[in-house]
Amino acid sequence: MKTAQRGRVDTPVLLAITVAVTLFTVLPMLVSITAGLTNNFSRGLASGLTTRWIEEVWALYGSTAWRSVLLALACVVVGLLVGVPCAWALARSQTRAARLFEEVLTLPVAVPGLASALALILAYGQIRGFRQSFAFILVGHVVFTLPFMVRTVSAAFARDDLQSLDEAARSLGASFMQRFLGVLVPAVAPSIVAGSLMVFTLSVGEFNLTWMLHTPLTRTLPVGLADSYASMRIEIGSAYTLVFFIVILPILWGMQALARWIENTHGSSPGARR
Amino acid sequence: MDHPQALAAERTRVEIVDCAKTYPGGAQVLRPTTLTVEPGEVLALLGPSGCGKTTLLRVIAGLIDPDRGGRIVFNGDDVTSRPIEQRAVGMVFQHYALFPQMTVEANIGYGLRVRGIAPDRIRQRVGEVIELVRLGGLEQRRPAQLSGGQRQRVALARAVAVQPRVLLLDEPLTALDAKLKEALRDELAQLLRDLHITAVHVTHDQNEALAISDRLAVMQAGRIVQVGRGEDLYRQPGHPFVAEFLGRVNRLRVDAQGGLPLGGVKLHCPAALAIGDTVLLRPEDVQVYTGAMPAQPVHRAGWGQARVLQRTFLGDRVHLRLSVAGQADAIVSDQSRDCPAAAGDMVYIKIDPSRLMAAALKDSA
Repeated sequence: MKTAQRGRVDTPVLLAITVAVTLFTVLPMLVSITAGLTNNFSRGLASGLTTRWIEEVWALYGSTAWRSVLLALACVVVGLLVGVPCAWALARSQTRAARLFEEVLTLPVAVPGLASALALILAYGQIRGFRQSFAFILVGHVVFTLPFMVRTVSAAFARDDLQSLDEAARSLGASFMQRFLGVLVPAVAPSIVAGSLMVFTLSVGEFNLTWMLHTPLTRTLPVGLADSYASMRIEIGSAYTLVFFIVILPILWGMQALARWIENTHGSSPGARR
Repeated sequence: MDHPQALAAERTRVEIVDCAKTYPGGAQVLRPTTLTVEPGEVLALLGPSGCGKTTLLRVIAGLIDPDRGGRIVFNGDDVTSRPIEQRAVGMVFQHYALFPQMTVEANIGYGLRVRGIAPDRIRQRVGEVIELVRLGGLEQRRPAQLSGGQRQRVALARAVAVQPRVLLLDEPLTALDAKLKEALRDELAQLLRDLHITAVHVTHDQNEALAISDRLAVMQAGRIVQVGRGEDLYRQPGHPFVAEFLGRVNRLRVDAQGGLPLGGVKLHCPAALAIGDTVLLRPEDVQVYTGAMPAQPVHRAGWGQARVLQRTFLGDRVHLRLSVAGQADAIVSDQSRDCPAAAGDMVYIKIDPSRLMAAALKDSA
């Protein structure tokens, strides 16, 4: 009660600070969106509103949006297939090699994407079919996003109650695959969804690596964005930002709703809450 | 299959033969241990934390391999080399380890499902077990929606649904609060009797062990100190550790001649007990008389005198701390809640020498 009353006293000040900070951060986005909707940004809103730029962006770069979404989803799929088993192995293993592997796995997050990309090109750039394919970018994205999936899920797998769940399933006669798919993965489902969300978001916004790895036929949304900023008028670049929002936000909201639903139906083990 | 007895597949004799456990660092958490659990018997492994009781339970379960030479035998069938998946043991974990995303029904049926048993058969068996543990109406709940006691019953039902050869319980009541614990203790004891299943039950709580088990194996520092019926161990412990672990004790000083000075009188202490210079006595075995004791000479009746240092009312009983001439430490005594003695009062005390217990082992004297 005491803190609530104190909170009330502070409210006007807090509110003012919150509004100021929010405006400061949201304003650039609003300006950018407005720019994408005005006929001539240098003359301001007086020049009238239009969807012309959006249509132009869609005609020129529409394909990048779907490619980015597909790429991000592919990243999530690879993250699930490779990252989840890997997370289990790392959570269970006490060996030094496992800890070392964990460090190495995280390196691509710290190393600038450009450097990782260059390394990929040097190593595999000669394999033509691979270099020019969508898979080449996918590999780059997986290298960059996998640690986020592995870290999130392995923290969940490392909980004491997960060890007990595994032992309980073993005592009931379940094989490893029965336990892994039927008990362990469902028990960490909320963490897997959180990891997937992170992987999706990181992949959709990834620019560094992709900029180095892309070919004219494998451009993603952020790369197209950079291209339009560099070579088109400011209104088109801004309209592109708007397109980005329109494509990505509904997907993110959908995924978050899914995450909440899974969280609700897969409440964590009561024993773990001590 | 309408009687709970039929829920246990067979009554298994569990033989633990020369099982020890040494960890790579060299620490031997379990000394070579040999113990037999009779068919249908409920045996408690009782001891303080770190005494090796959980290790022994996990060796029986197949979660830990014993050191070379150790064997686990179920009804003559050596299961030592089999992993837990193939041992047909039922296990109840300390925090129950219920599968959080599954309903009560799905949790209980899990062991049957992974065995590939027909859905009809599973439904029937799950129904029987649910009735046995009185969880009717909660079939569709998830573990998070259950009380602590209900979770414990689900864990038990899940473990017995597969008709295990032996039931292993790892501190099954520790996760519950004190009041609930007492109620569920009696309930669990009854359920285990109804099941007629061989069970090994790990606990650090002597009341739990006494209430639930037919026999107790008291463990200390990686070895079993004594095995026996709870009542026998309580009354006639063969080891001072057992005496102290199973209940509270007074340590009384004995003189070189085997005499026990007790507030003006001297009791003769049985020679077998007077090892070293102390003997043990339970607080409920110190009789206290608060009235005046006219006419009768105190020493003749064997009553000594004591002064009450502290009186603590505990609801169901009164706990007294007594200062007794000839004894350096205060003697504690439990009396009925009606005991009128107050701090500072002089009272008479009496001890039955047959209730004294040895404070040391003979060979270590």
